[in-house]
Amino acid sequence: MAHEHTADHAAHDDHDHGPAHGWRRWVYATNHKDIGTMYLVFACIMFFVGGFMAMIIRAELFQPGLQLVEPQFFNSMTTMHALVMIFGAVMPAWTGLANWMIPMQVGAPDMALPRLNNFSFWILPFAFTLLLSTLFVPGGSPAGGWTLYPPLSLQGGDGFPMAIFAIHLMGASSILGSINVVVTIMNMRAPGVGLLNMPLFCWSWLITAYLLIATMPVLAGAVTMLLTDHFFGTSFFSASGGGDPVMFQHIFWFFGHPEVYILILPAFGIISEIIPTFSRKPLFGYDAMVYATAAIAFLSFIVWAHHMFTVGMPLAGQLFFTLSTMLISIPTGVKVFNWTATMWKGSISFEPPMLFALAFLFLFTIGGFSGLMLAIVPADFQYHDTYFVVAHFHYVLVPGAVFAIMAGTYYWLPKWSGKMYDMKLATWHFWLSAIFVNVLFFPQHFLGLAGMPRRIPDYSVQFADWNMVSSIGAFGFGLSQLLFPYIIWKCIKSGAKADARSWEGAHGLEWELSSPPPYHSWDPPPSREIVARGVQH
Amino acid sequence: MSFHMKNALVRRGLSGAAASLFAVMSSVAHAEWGLNMTQGVSILSKEIYGLHMTIFWWCVAIGIVVFGAMIYSLVKFRKSQGAKADTTLVHSTKVEIIWTVIPIAILVAMAIPTAKGLIKIEDMGGVALNIKVTGYQWKWEYEYLNQGVRFFSTLKRDSNAARQLGSGIDPKTVPNYLLDVDNPLVVPAGTKIRFLLTAQDVIHAWWVPAFGMKKDAIPGYVNEIWVQVDADKVGTYRGQCAELCGQDHGFMPIVVEVKSPAEYDTWLRAKQAEQKLAGDPSPTAAATTVAAAAPAVTQQ
Repeated sequence: MAHEHTADHAAHDDHDHGPAHGWRRWVYATNHKDIGTMYLVFACIMFFVGGFMAMIIRAELFQPGLQLVEPQFFNSMTTMHALVMIFGAVMPAWTGLANWMIPMQVGAPDMALPRLNNFSFWILPFAFTLLLSTLFVPGGSPAGGWTLYPPLSLQGGDGFPMAIFAIHLMGASSILGSINVVVTIMNMRAPGVGLLNMPLFCWSWLITAYLLIATMPVLAGAVTMLLTDHFFGTSFFSASGGGDPVMFQHIFWFFGHPEVYILILPAFGIISEIIPTFSRKPLFGYDAMVYATAAIAFLSFIVWAHHMFTVGMPLAGQLFFTLSTMLISIPTGVKVFNWTATMWKGSISFEPPMLFALAFLFLFTIGGFSGLMLAIVPADFQYHDTYFVVAHFHYVLVPGAVFAIMAGTYYWLPKWSGKMYDMKLATWHFWLSAIFVNVLFFPQHFLGLAGMPRRIPDYSVQFADWNMVSSIGAFGFGLSQLLFPYIIWKCIKSGAKADARSWEGAHGLEWELSSPPPYHSWDPPPSREIVARGVQH
Repeated sequence: MSFHMKNALVRRGLSGAAASLFAVMSSVAHAEWGLNMTQGVSILSKEIYGLHMTIFWWCVAIGIVVFGAMIYSLVKFRKSQGAKADTTLVHSTKVEIIWTVIPIAILVAMAIPTAKGLIKIEDMGGVALNIKVTGYQWKWEYEYLNQGVRFFSTLKRDSNAARQLGSGIDPKTVPNYLLDVDNPLVVPAGTKIRFLLTAQDVIHAWWVPAFGMKKDAIPGYVNEIWVQVDADKVGTYRGQCAELCGQDHGFMPIVVEVKSPAEYDTWLRAKQAEQKLAGDPSPTAAATTVAAAAPAVTQQ
């Protein structure tokens, strides 16, 4: 009883049998594909909003001296750029991919809790309208860094409570979405889809969902304490009242460190799907990959103070956190080795998803190396709060998380739309992105090592040359991204028809469905025979 | 796809090549196109530089092996060149153990000098001079404890004029643009100095790259670091606030003039006289406690 998944094709008005028409389809959506699409479109818009803010930052930093913006607005931009990219672009993109792919990959008709799913998504446009409108209120947007350290963040204007509320909303969205993911994966796998043979993307999201459930409430607690310190006379973070500004940092980073693993684990899952497909060889070391992901998630809870090495920590604390942080490189390295071993003795081709996945492999590893350097406390005294840190996290987030999102989109777009996109144009998008992202971020290592602090709108003349190079990279990278929505739009509008198994080497239950898939994915569940074809061996 | 392959190789080699430039440039660090941290002028800065280079070289070595394996795979096992996939090669417990144990051993090798360095950094014994540093929005205040000298240190006027939005002044015409102050900190070379760091309003951080040490200045708390500049490294060293502290975070630099002990004494006496004449009531001028018996001040 397959039903065609196109807006034009609702054979009945009966809402059980196909998508509704017009705006109701989207506002009342309970279908995981529609909700997934909304998350992805929202994330794409936010990516350009955050990207525009980055362009302002890099334009001001193009030359020494202040040419474009006041210092306070510059700080607004750095703060908002981070909040938008982290909470508005990357996290919703992961949730969109989870929504689209998890039910299809585990053999379920939809997510476990469809109305909760709708609510989780629709919170976000409201949250971001609230956050972005802080730019237009007296005092402007938060400008004390996305990390919101007090006492500085408490000097904010009217935008401060608005931003706190927006963060609460985003956190709620993430928690509810995560509950959905956990329940779907634990309860709705088709017969024969075991935990240890479901796709790694599902594993990575299962673990990410637990991380989100554990840590978003911590962030909520931290920002609520900021709110009460400012408005209700508490002094959690003020020494004069018996509190401690550093306690905020502990609480924030107890959320913040697992958060950065939340930002990258789904990427690991996607890369673990793409590399086997384009190497025409199963993923090497499936079990090791699952355990390594779980180890990373566990370790992520005991390293938070490496973001705070300069606060004045006792020696024992510094020693503990430097060692635990170094340890994370072990399971991460295991994953990199397993991906490489997957390609070893494979039969490799270089379609756009594979190009992005390979760039991820290479460039995320470079981000990992700078992370290892940052883990070493004495050395960190020179790196902390400089552009070396900025370079590190942008390497793991941009050619890391963002490239994985693009890889996943280019991988699954034929499945979602039923059409193949212009691969030549996508290859152009890849090369422009890959080259410019390095021009943009690699010189920032040099700037940090030369002594340039972060979060400054203007700098001493000795930093001018690499800043100019980095800004040129930024403009190139930013412009290149315009190709991405264009390619997707062109594909949906006029792409050639795509096969169910859109890529020769693709395995997985999603590839057993038509392209595009029916409105309700696996209704009824896949037969044992199909499951045997679709699961990891 | 061979065109793509060649480009992929070239591009993938690019980062590796750039990274190896570090070593070449480390001692020839030009101001403009500098690639690496410098050794600095203090005991700890050199220790930290050594640790930084050790970890860096380990990363290069690991990178050569890992990227080498990746590039080899991408070249040798291409479908376009007729490679056929060996679909039986899907797991090996032995290999997983090897590539877990070897990295652990490498980490242990890194951890030993790390711990040694940390212990040295935390050793406040033998301090001869204590200077209290207070961060304000947006300037520094220095107080030579028990010496009767205290003053503010603010961004120099010519830099401040040039940095205004639309000032029309070219930063290159301002000497030490954004890294110059009206009243620099003056310290003796070859002496173990302890800096006690705190702040008046929000969190700041005091950092002079040439000294190798950075620590947060937190309102209501006192942090400590020690610096001993080599006896032969007399000169002027510049740094910046290293914790976002509001709109002028980028405009509250640090300038330290390191003098020989004799010249420092001369300067200090002149400054004490100047401050006494000005009637500056330094709160610690009358204190008689000796620096060596200073109480524990770091927060727990």
